[in-house]
Amino acid sequence: MPGFFQRLFRKRRTSPQTNLAETSTDQPTQPHSKPLAETAAEQTPAEQTLAEQTAGERSPDQTLLKPPQLIVGIGHSAGKQRDHNEDSLFTLTSTLFSDEIRLPFGLYIVADGMGGHQHGEIASGIAVRAMAGLVINEVFSPLISLPPTDPTESLQEIMRRGIQAAHLAILKQTPGGGTTLTGVLILGDQMTIAHVGDSRAYTIHPDGRIQVLTRDHSLVKRLVELGQITSAEAAVHPQRNVLYRALGQGEPIDAEIVTVPSPKSGYVLLCSDGLWGVVAEQEVFDLVTSAPSPAQACQSLVAAANAAGGPDNITAILIRLPD
Amino acid sequence: MDSNIDTGFTGQLQAGTTLSNRYLIQEAIGIGGMGAVYRARDLHFPNVIKLVAVKEMINQARDPLARETILRNFEREANLLATLSHPAIPRIYDYFTHKERSYLILEFISGKDLETILKETTGFLPEGKVVGWAVDLCDVLQYLHAHQPEAIIFRDMKPSNVMINQHDHVVLVDFGIAKTFQTGERGTIIGTEGYSPPEQYRGEATAQADIYALGATLHHLLTRRDPRFEPPFSFNERPVRQINPQVSPELESVLVTALQYDPSERFQTAEGMKAALLDVSRKTGLSQPTSPYTTKVAVPQASITPLWTFSCADEIRGTATYVRDVIYFGSYDHHLYALNASSGKLLWKYATDGGIVSKPAVFGDYVYSGSEDYRLHVVSTRTGSVTWTYFTNGPVRSSPYIAHGHVFIGSDDASLHAVNLANGRGIWKMDSGALIRSTPLVNQDDIYFGNEAGELFCLDFHGRIKWRFKAKRAITSSPVVSDSFVFISSLDAMLYALEAKSGWVIWRFHLDKGSISTPCLADGLIFTGSVDGNIYCVDIHSAKEAWRFSTEHQVTGSPVIYKDALYCGSVDGFIYCLEYRTGQLRWKFPTGNPITATPTIHDDVIYIGSTDHSFYALPAT
Repeated sequence: MPGFFQRLFRKRRTSPQTNLAETSTDQPTQPHSKPLAETAAEQTPAEQTLAEQTAGERSPDQTLLKPPQLIVGIGHSAGKQRDHNEDSLFTLTSTLFSDEIRLPFGLYIVADGMGGHQHGEIASGIAVRAMAGLVINEVFSPLISLPPTDPTESLQEIMRRGIQAAHLAILKQTPGGGTTLTGVLILGDQMTIAHVGDSRAYTIHPDGRIQVLTRDHSLVKRLVELGQITSAEAAVHPQRNVLYRALGQGEPIDAEIVTVPSPKSGYVLLCSDGLWGVVAEQEVFDLVTSAPSPAQACQSLVAAANAAGGPDNITAILIRLPD
Repeated sequence: MDSNIDTGFTGQLQAGTTLSNRYLIQEAIGIGGMGAVYRARDLHFPNVIKLVAVKEMINQARDPLARETILRNFEREANLLATLSHPAIPRIYDYFTHKERSYLILEFISGKDLETILKETTGFLPEGKVVGWAVDLCDVLQYLHAHQPEAIIFRDMKPSNVMINQHDHVVLVDFGIAKTFQTGERGTIIGTEGYSPPEQYRGEATAQADIYALGATLHHLLTRRDPRFEPPFSFNERPVRQINPQVSPELESVLVTALQYDPSERFQTAEGMKAALLDVSRKTGLSQPTSPYTTKVAVPQASITPLWTFSCADEIRGTATYVRDVIYFGSYDHHLYALNASSGKLLWKYATDGGIVSKPAVFGDYVYSGSEDYRLHVVSTRTGSVTWTYFTNGPVRSSPYIAHGHVFIGSDDASLHAVNLANGRGIWKMDSGALIRSTPLVNQDDIYFGNEAGELFCLDFHGRIKWRFKAKRAITSSPVVSDSFVFISSLDAMLYALEAKSGWVIWRFHLDKGSISTPCLADGLIFTGSVDGNIYCVDIHSAKEAWRFSTEHQVTGSPVIYKDALYCGSVDGFIYCLEYRTGQLRWKFPTGNPITATPTIHDDVIYIGSTDHSFYALPAT
């Protein structure tokens, strides 16, 4: 992920002493002390709201939206150096308001098929369909059924089964194929993230914090964690693209699944390494928060990755969460 | 055999199919990525039943070069097996290829592989048994590594490749690897992740690689933690004895050596590892299979001395409340007590007409307590004289919860009661349909409580149901809310995490038995007791078990986190103090009888009652 954090710090710091070796170890949280947040803290809430409405860089998208709803944008590009796109994506956004229930529901999936294997795009497509199909049957259908029913399993169990279904579907339909998969299920105030591989999910908080919710299943990243190689060595390591876990590969497979509260008034970004490996985190933050809508933000994100050379397929799903 | 191969829908051979006019397929006994393994009968022995294992490989590669490589690897396995002779290696009888399917005919091993054994058992495997298998495995590795002209590196040691035969000896299966390391443009997956040593990623295969994988296999067997679900090379971050304290320190140390990151720091030969294992069994005397519970961990007995104790006339089952240097608690002797927290001196006691098993609540100058005399009593904290009482239609075993000018309390009359705090007037009651022993919890605009029918309710302030959730058995414990999660344990042996707004189940964690213990939270971890005797620690986001600690009897009270420690009583009569991050025991303090209450901790002092009729103040250290 050349330049990812380098650019982050280049923007933030004037002194150039920070190098890639020291800064590219991912911390789960990268707090940004945004000047905006600092000044806003001294204002009264009323002043702050006023400031938000008038400040040029606060977009219309960031004013309070009632009732609570999910707003979604996507970006998808083969990049500049590949002739076809092996990434697949899925989005489903819905809202159910009836009686006492006010439930935003969203299911978002990014899968990055593996180019070293034949038919990367087949594997990623199969994975996305299998996962989406299962979760819709097990969660979405009960939600809108009449009378309403509860799923028989927990959301985490259903997401885990979705990952298994995707894995088995690849083994069966395109043996030898492989793909990453990162899926986010938003229901109420919680979101459940399931992932295998190195496609990432981030939360972007309005106060400037960006958090990586996933841990890449990447060999060199693990070697860095163990102190066996430095981040600088990792950046040029011959096996820097090697994943130690991917769907369709190895048996059995287990997804990493976590559930965290949705960031109020914030964003969730799902993306393949064609984006996060190329565009700096700070730039991502700036593009996301300055765009008039998630859809336009995704166009800008893809454009930024392509402007940086577009070495890999680029996929982004950006979800703006309720206040 | 062209036309008569009946492969059915899945591509698997059907029972009754005959291969080469000789091997009658009986059933598939294993399914892999490239084909299946079958049990078959050799028809050349018509008068006896001679079973063979038929290993099938279906070559589906489209690229001719890849097809060729796959076929060559298959033949290599056949040729390799033909040159080997060892009791822990299956004999090969034949091999042949037809179209895209190739077959090895192997000695049939009657038994189970270690992965199946792990799946079919619960609880830890006895150390003696595992050491026995490990010695066998070292022995066969030693044989392979000494092979001439070239050492054979097995490269794929893992539980599913180790069969245990009917004589409890190991047999290595699957010599089909010869896995050459390839770097793809991206993401080529190598070996069996989880068991593979770091150098396998560099394409190196040495005797020390097999030793690492054997160490990894033994680690999995002893801890039941599947390394395929953990980050690679993380074994020594999960010390065996931290997960399974029954393992001897000697065996743990053998695994630590085998699992060194740097090959030069491992055992250099299988023989060396075998010698170390034999040393272990000599030292521990566990060379014979033993029951898993024969080893006892030495525990630090308490050098803890109570600051004071106080005796009542009957059992103390409920939890105390500390407010302004006063301890309030109820007893089965019908009294509500107020003691000076520093000295343990009695300030007053107030008599009800029934046992008190719940926790009093204090608000302002009043203490609120339910009693089995059907009433909620409100008593002056200063004088111990009654201010008002509120009647329900059943014994009150739920504890009061005070919020927004109301007291909320459940009763065995199946209702949740909302009572005006000042005058004791009932505002509303909500009939839940079953006894309520669970203490209600108010969070913002929501009221949560469980009942003995296994339902968890979320009510609004008017007592209307927002949502309800049904567990399979009673919910006696109380809910805990954090970050739009509601956590609840149930007698159905689950710890649940629900979405606070909708009541949808986010995750379920399986306990060995039911729970009436109210969970507590710290640092993204949740802790709960269970009647299976364990105290569990689970990550609230991933629902993964961080650790569990076994006491000698049911844990019905709730754990409490104070500073860096967890405190919890058990029906075994002890109060336990554990490191809350690891579950390591710091000390335990014996009371005379079962403890069902939850500790109350304030200013480094633990306050807790026991069914030995005594109330204890202990230093929290």
